[in-house]
Amino acid sequence: MLAIENYLIVSAILFAIGTIGVLTKRNAIVIFMCIEMMLNAVNLTFIAFSRHLGNIDGQVFVFFVMTVAAAEAAVGLALMIAFFKNRESIDVEDVNLLKL
Amino acid sequence: MESIFFLVVAAVAVISSILVVTCKNPINSALSLVMTFFCLATFYVMLDAPFMAATQVIVYAGAIMVLIIFVIMLLNVRVETVKRGTHAVIAGSAIGLFILFQTVWFLMKGSMTGKVGDMTKEQIVSVGHVELIGKALFTDFLLPFEVTSVLLLAAIVGAVILAKKKI
Repeated sequence: MLAIENYLIVSAILFAIGTIGVLTKRNAIVIFMCIEMMLNAVNLTFIAFSRHLGNIDGQVFVFFVMTVAAAEAAVGLALMIAFFKNRESIDVEDVNLLKL
Repeated sequence: MESIFFLVVAAVAVISSILVVTCKNPINSALSLVMTFFCLATFYVMLDAPFMAATQVIVYAGAIMVLIIFVIMLLNVRVETVKRGTHAVIAGSAIGLFILFQTVWFLMKGSMTGKVGDMTKEQIVSVGHVELIGKALFTDFLLPFEVTSVLLLAAIVGAVILAKKKI
C-alpha cells in the first residue's frame, strides 16, 4: 500500500479546485457540481485514514456523507427548477430577492 | 508499479476536476465530474474498500450525476456568456490556493500516529468488506442509520413540495 500522504494530497488538491469553482462560477448547477467534488475529496480523506488506522468507522461516515449528498441533490435541483420557473435563469447573480 | 498507477489515476483525477471548473458548457463539466468520480472509485479500490468503490460508482456516477445532467438538459442551460469580473476570479482563486497551501502545510508539519486498529488487510480478505461495514452500521451506528431514513423522507417531501406548480 502507498503512503497515506499521497491520497491526502490528491484530496487536498481536489478540495481546493472545488473551492475555486464554487467561488468563481456563476452557473448554479456548476457550483452544485463543485460542492459534490468537495464532498468527494473529503470522502477520499476519510477512506484513506480509515485504511491507515485500521478502523472501519471512517467508511461508515463516507456512507452517511453519500446519503446526505443524495438528499442534497434531490432538494437542491428541485430548488433550481423552482428558481428557473420564476426567473428564467439559474445565474447566481439573479438570486437577489433578499437584497436591499 | 502501484505508484505509477497511482500517479496516472491522480493526474486524470486532477485534470478532469480542473476541467469541471474551466469548461464553458455545463454538460462538459458534468462529464468531467463523472471521470473524477471514477478515479476516486479507483482510489477506494486501491485502499481496500471495494464496497465503497461500488457505492461511489452507483450512487454518485450513477444516480446523482444522471439527476444533474437531467436538470441541465431540462433547463436547457446555455453556454456561459457573461463572465464574472476578474476581481471575483482572482479573489476566489486566492482563497482556494490558500486552502490548498494550508492543508499541504499541515500535512507536511504533522506526523501520522502509528496506531493500527483491528481492520487489517487479512481481516478484510477473510471476513469480507461488506460484512465489516454492515456490522459497524447496525451495531455502533444504528441510531445515525435510523436518523438517515428520516433525512431521506424529509428530502423526498421537500423535493415534491418544491416541484409544485405554484411556489
